[in-house]
Amino acid sequence: MNTLLTLLFRRLPIGWLQLSHSKGRFVAAVSGVAFANLLVFMQLGIMGALNSSTIAPYGLFNADIILSSAAGNTLTDKDNVARVRMFQALGVPGVARATPMYLGNLPFTLPDGTSVSMLTFGVDSTQPGFVAPGIGGDLNQLTLENTALLDLGTRGIPKSVVAGLRTGESFAFEANGKTLLAVGTMDVGGGFLADGMLMMSDQTFLRFFPTRSSGAPSHILLKVADGVSHDTVVARLRATLPAQSVKVQAMPEAAQSDLSYMSTQRPTGIIFGFGVFMGILVGLVIVYQVLSTDVADHLREYATFKAMGYGHSFFLGIVFEEAIILAIFGFIPGLIVSIGLYAGLNAVTGLPVEMEAGRAILVFLGTLAACTLSGAIATRRLANADPADLF
Amino acid sequence: MTRDPIQVRGLDHFFGSGDARKQALFDINLTIARGSLTVLMGPSGSGKTTVLTLIGALREVGSGSVRVLGQELHGADERSLVALRKRLGFIFQAHNLHESLTATQNVLMGLEVHGRANADRQRIAAHHMLDLVGLSDRRDYLPGNLSGGQKQRVAVARALVSNPEIVLADEPTAALDKVSGQNVVRLLKTLGQVRGTTTVMVTHDPRILEMADRIITLEDGRVATDEIRNLG
Repeated sequence: MNTLLTLLFRRLPIGWLQLSHSKGRFVAAVSGVAFANLLVFMQLGIMGALNSSTIAPYGLFNADIILSSAAGNTLTDKDNVARVRMFQALGVPGVARATPMYLGNLPFTLPDGTSVSMLTFGVDSTQPGFVAPGIGGDLNQLTLENTALLDLGTRGIPKSVVAGLRTGESFAFEANGKTLLAVGTMDVGGGFLADGMLMMSDQTFLRFFPTRSSGAPSHILLKVADGVSHDTVVARLRATLPAQSVKVQAMPEAAQSDLSYMSTQRPTGIIFGFGVFMGILVGLVIVYQVLSTDVADHLREYATFKAMGYGHSFFLGIVFEEAIILAIFGFIPGLIVSIGLYAGLNAVTGLPVEMEAGRAILVFLGTLAACTLSGAIATRRLANADPADLF
Repeated sequence: MTRDPIQVRGLDHFFGSGDARKQALFDINLTIARGSLTVLMGPSGSGKTTVLTLIGALREVGSGSVRVLGQELHGADERSLVALRKRLGFIFQAHNLHESLTATQNVLMGLEVHGRANADRQRIAAHHMLDLVGLSDRRDYLPGNLSGGQKQRVAVARALVSNPEIVLADEPTAALDKVSGQNVVRLLKTLGQVRGTTTVMVTHDPRILEMADRIITLEDGRVATDEIRNLG
């Protein structure tokens, strides 16, 4: 290690020698950085779970364009759009097929008697291709009365049921006082919106939600004809449909605006965003403390080097060397513990808390920057003082 | 006279600020000849160490003039100070070795400040210097495993290894026994004669006074006596 670092820096690896000289202090410093990482990872993980559970329902569908009520901000807002808009849309050149989409929260009883709330989607089961390819079972089987696709990630669902559904078994459940037959599966997970999800035909949906009317779906999903630009069709639809009652959005755009509304307008989103901010702030303070303590511990030795004629760039070099070492050594345990806690949180809450490579890289780069900057700030005292005053 | 490595003119120095401001040096004037061994004496608090650190560019010169190796220190920028410090060897009262570097690595720090052109040659020079101060068998020891006297000798080796033009030493023999103390001073004296190295040393050690070319006594921040003995 020493020889390698000596070659790398073209000087004695003083930062490394200093850190490894005192094992206790090294462990304390690394733990501090690891804890800062953990803090930020947890906050990002929870916010990531909110974001991915907001986006998850969009992933169930394979539509190109979504028509919504102009009053609604998110997918699950309880606003309706008139079904007549679907027929108007079908008259627009470039629109190939359409389905109404009904959406509601259904009380659902698990085999052990506990009641959970299921985010339930009803779509026209005779229109093919509106469901994403990853979902096990096509919509045809939903044409049968009182059948549904059940979310395998539903909170509290017994393992035997999951295994049975995977092998093609059907299970009967009680929902809203009626019997519902789970004939296929999808794997989404509950998230913040509900405990799980159900997909059913529009006819079944209306049976389980007697107060909803077939003329007022929650959204309307459209497929664009092959070879036609989505943007063109969106523009045509916007020109045709009245903007004060209908909102026309391409699917990815709708998901994005839902996400930004959820994270900046809804209290949960703001609170989690604030959590991330606090996590980063506290993480920065910890990292700064670690680096500035280290500089203070070695101030006498640095002052001696300064007296010998070493310039400020030399000390920055040592501190940056330490910053990089601490960032790497602190990041690894921070990441491992975070992955463990993510798994724990996921098991307990069923929320999609997962480590993403992008997030890990971002946190590492952030740690590196924070360590380096803290080190640079901590050496300022050395730069401004006469060496003789530091002995 | 410009060849004299150290020229001090009308130097005053103050510590503290406001009401606590206290004058430590009063109108110091000194010219020290090349290759000489000068001893600064005086009771504690008389300003010996302050004079030494001012000459060593370790403290800002606030008034008067201190000219070291042709560089005026009053008002000098950081860059010139760093450049000058590289040409000086400072032996501190406390050894001030780096705790996580071995004896050899500490001495190498005195060379690396000039760049790391030839690492092998630098290592040989560092070992040679440790041999000269009698530590050939302690090369790879960390300071924590060396006695006070051994640490002080490593500090001497670190200061001398880069052939400084001026050596400034603050009680370098305080932690040394009689024999190694005299060895160190003899080494400095020889460097003066062979290489023209100028040495200014603060000391109370009567054994060293015999070898001094000049003895300056400070009292309450003023030069009290200035005795030139055997200037050759």
